[in-house]
Amino acid sequence: MHAAVLQAATLGRRAVVRTVRQPANVVFPLIFPMLLLAVNSGGLKAETRLPGFPTDSFLAFALAVPFVQGALLATVNANVEFARDIQTGFLNRLALTPVRGIVLLLGQLGGLLTIALVQAVFYLAVALAFGVRLESGIGGGVLLLVLEAAIALAFASFGCWAALRTGSTEAVQGLFPVFFVFLFLSSMNIPRNLIETTWFRWVATANPVSYLIEAVRGLVIYHWRWETVGLGFAVAGGMCVIGFALATHALMGRLERT
Amino acid sequence: MSRDTINVAKGVAWRQAHIFFTNPSFILPSLLFPLFFFTAFVGGLSRIREIPGFDFPLGYTAFQFVFVLLQSAAFSGVFTGFGIARDFESGFMRRLMLAAPDRIGNVIGYAIAGLIRWLSVITVVTGVAFAAQMKIAGDGVDLFGLYVLGFFLSIVGTLWSAGVAMRLRTQQAFPVMQMPVFILLFFAPVYVPLNLLQGWLHAVAKINPITPLLEEGRGLISGEPDKTLRAFAILAGLLLIFVVWATRGLRRAEAAG
Repeated sequence: MHAAVLQAATLGRRAVVRTVRQPANVVFPLIFPMLLLAVNSGGLKAETRLPGFPTDSFLAFALAVPFVQGALLATVNANVEFARDIQTGFLNRLALTPVRGIVLLLGQLGGLLTIALVQAVFYLAVALAFGVRLESGIGGGVLLLVLEAAIALAFASFGCWAALRTGSTEAVQGLFPVFFVFLFLSSMNIPRNLIETTWFRWVATANPVSYLIEAVRGLVIYHWRWETVGLGFAVAGGMCVIGFALATHALMGRLERT
Repeated sequence: MSRDTINVAKGVAWRQAHIFFTNPSFILPSLLFPLFFFTAFVGGLSRIREIPGFDFPLGYTAFQFVFVLLQSAAFSGVFTGFGIARDFESGFMRRLMLAAPDRIGNVIGYAIAGLIRWLSVITVVTGVAFAAQMKIAGDGVDLFGLYVLGFFLSIVGTLWSAGVAMRLRTQQAFPVMQMPVFILLFFAPVYVPLNLLQGWLHAVAKINPITPLLEEGRGLISGEPDKTLRAFAILAGLLLIFVVWATRGLRRAEAAG
């Protein structure tokens, strides 16, 4: 057990160091979501005048988006590196060592989790500096970070699966537009009950990303809405279970082939 | 323009277009991004037209179509720049530089490829917009003017990203090509008219050169263009600046060997 923890920690550290050594992979996921937040909170501020809009601060309303988007970006970057490990044969060499497959996955995801949490703290700090007040208080802030970890793990598990299944950096990069589609077809810019176009409201309701966004949003603009937060955790948990099952299956297949 | 330049431009354009149309990992993002911007904005934000002060007469679909048209034009140019950076990393550009009798033809070829890319994307987006029952009040000349705006913006986008790609010659330059264009496009009145923007974004949008292009585009589609001269003067200025930018980038790439 001790050896497994040590191995996972070493692989996790490697994943973090490798990301930190590529400034584009650090700066872009920090700046891009903040930029989109700035644009949307400026451009859509007028939306708060719609009857039934839940808050008068669009910045607070939209803060959920960087959290989910940051998790997406961290996932894509980390799993591109994972796919590169497969392409370059690093995984094959690792398979010759006593490292167990599940430890390999945990190490990879541990590194990604660290990066996602650093991003989340950054987003939260920027939002607080610009006057956003967490309605759920300090406890809500802590739970927000836990939720961010769950969201990052949920996306990461699917990213890992894609990396293991295809072993191609291009294929993992191709996931970004797919994830982005889910983000854009969600309730990211407007509450679901205010979406006028029926088909879009249906798509947003069926889209799991809506519930992740609404859970984060729930902790920012409402005073403890357990139903919304619980639903977010349940969706993230469900995605994790499916994603990990697929990733573990793909990992076994890949290690067999080697 | 000499025959050599034309031949080089034709060769480069054909190669880039061939790569674009035969590789799903290139064609899909180019097509999907504008389509999803359009779908998400029109589907999700249509209630914005109920905000007091939203005075665009044709509804939110046409309002957003103009933005997506200009966004797809600019990004077709940026994606073409990605291809140039890739060609530098793979070594193809060095061989091309050696083989081409007139290297300006390379830049022209890439710009033509960017246009082909944009025309194919905007054809699909226009089809989707009409399927979504977009209203149009402008006549044929107005609509032609709208597409001409996109046409020139696509060339500006290619020249900008070509200049960056030829200076940095690495695929790591993608964010450098992409971010300024993204910032310029989104720091304009994307979701609501300029008069409804507030605070710092209103101040930035007022001096953003993309704002008059968007407003003119929206004027053209609604048959009430009132910033035609200003919009085309801005485009001419941008073209001039980025022709110099791309040409100097080419000279730097030549000097770097």
